[in-house]
Amino acid sequence: MSVESVVENLKGKFSASVLEVAEFRGETTVVVKKEDVVAICTYLKKEEGFNFLSDLCGVDYLGKSPRFMVVYHLYNIKTHERLRLKVPVEEKSPQVDTVSGVWATANWHERECWDLMGISFNNHPDLRRILMPEDWQGHPLRKDYPLQGPGREPYQGRLS
Amino acid sequence: MATTETMTINMGPQHPSTHGVLRLVLELDGEVVVKAVPHIGFLHRGIEKLSEHRTYHQVLPLTDRLDYLAPMHNNLAYVLAVEKLLGITDLIPERAQVVRVMLAELTRIKSHLVWLACHALDIGAMTVFIYCFRERERIMDIYEKVSGARMTSNYFRVGGLSADLPDGLEKEIRTFAEEMPRHIDTYEGLLTGNKIWQKRIQGVGVISAEDAIDLGVSGPSLRGCGVNWDLRRDNPYSGYENYDFEVSVQEGGDTWARYLVRLKEMRESCKIVRQALDRLQPGPILADAPKICLPPKKDVVNTIEGLIHHFKIISEGFKPEAGEIYQSVENPKGEVGFYIVSDGSARPYRMKIRPASFINLQALPKMCEGSLIADVVAVIGTLDIVLGEIDR
Repeated sequence: MSVESVVENLKGKFSASVLEVAEFRGETTVVVKKEDVVAICTYLKKEEGFNFLSDLCGVDYLGKSPRFMVVYHLYNIKTHERLRLKVPVEEKSPQVDTVSGVWATANWHERECWDLMGISFNNHPDLRRILMPEDWQGHPLRKDYPLQGPGREPYQGRLS
Repeated sequence: MATTETMTINMGPQHPSTHGVLRLVLELDGEVVVKAVPHIGFLHRGIEKLSEHRTYHQVLPLTDRLDYLAPMHNNLAYVLAVEKLLGITDLIPERAQVVRVMLAELTRIKSHLVWLACHALDIGAMTVFIYCFRERERIMDIYEKVSGARMTSNYFRVGGLSADLPDGLEKEIRTFAEEMPRHIDTYEGLLTGNKIWQKRIQGVGVISAEDAIDLGVSGPSLRGCGVNWDLRRDNPYSGYENYDFEVSVQEGGDTWARYLVRLKEMRESCKIVRQALDRLQPGPILADAPKICLPPKKDVVNTIEGLIHHFKIISEGFKPEAGEIYQSVENPKGEVGFYIVSDGSARPYRMKIRPASFINLQALPKMCEGSLIADVVAVIGTLDIVLGEIDR
């Protein structure tokens, strides 16, 4: 079963949720609505065999609407296929339902995404900061967070 | 009336067997671990944030500092990712591909040697440590000869390599690859049949294949659960499909199985290095892409095109078209991947690193809860974590 047929099945099953399908350099990206992300992930794991969550992260498109994208990299250990899911997240309520119930590995990924990007995950079992100290203010990977850190003069020299 | 209560103790971040700055908060009932909570982030340097402010060539040295025991694999994952983003994967010359594979496999041996040395030392086998570091030093010498640095190699480039191999090095690598299996026999002689070693690691840190996949464990730790999956064979890159090697798999899911997997991987790596040496032919080491690859120095000082390209690449960098890609390689620790989002500018808009150690560490509570506190040390050793990669 190829990735194209997986995307077709996904469109058939969740026709209202699939917003966009894109191809770039041989990789397939599916953008889906955030309300259905858990249902779609459960379906992809149970029915289409994407049993391995390679990676989960947030991307900040500052100035665009919706501002954030949560990106899921799915992998099928049997067929060795990859699929990328993206979920748009609005700036005013940066929250998505957790997929840690689908793949346990999402637990730390989502903690990292919360810590560095400030996207929180509903129903997450243990949503704490993971890389930054517990009392840290702000989310460093956001585009409006200064590279030098808070409370410091911006770097005056050339960056490259 | 006697009451019992659990005790919470702190292991690390300065504990010698936590391999860096890992801190574990252990809840103990007598000697049995009830709960283990890893605390990480002590080595966080913000490499993902930094890379958003550097050109694609300038990000490369940062990747050395991730898994510092296997810098060439991080370089490889990164340059493959950028090459995929640029669409120049097919332009990479054969010689560059073969040298990349050869050095990647030497790096795998190097990384596994540190794993074996520290793992054995943690458990009490001092001699193995000395022997492993003796062989590792020879790989360090090879590193120094190709790149000038022992640890932070920064040798691969987007489009190929930074320099060709120095004269006479092929012979040195061949000697090493031919002698190495005998050294692995020595380690096996010291450990595999050793009753103390067996008792300390057999049945310790058991995890089932389902749990391991669910927790995202990859690399030798997953193959020790009987899952036959290796990115080198299943999603080949850099021409790995042309090499004849066996993927090392063991059933059991315990520390013993993972020990056997890694030892066999070292032997297979020696095989791949020898095959790479046989395939090595003279030829170009950089892709024919003058807007992306830095020109050779003699062109910079002798031709106007070379000078302009050099100036443009250094001052501006190159601009891949807008898009996003994910590329991963089989690192000695597991799957290491780079997800790069480009907005069409000369810097990555967002670069996410998939760190193998970070995700493998997440399985630690599962592997040591319910076992003895002394086994925690064995489990940290068998997971083969590197804190530089975990904290990024």
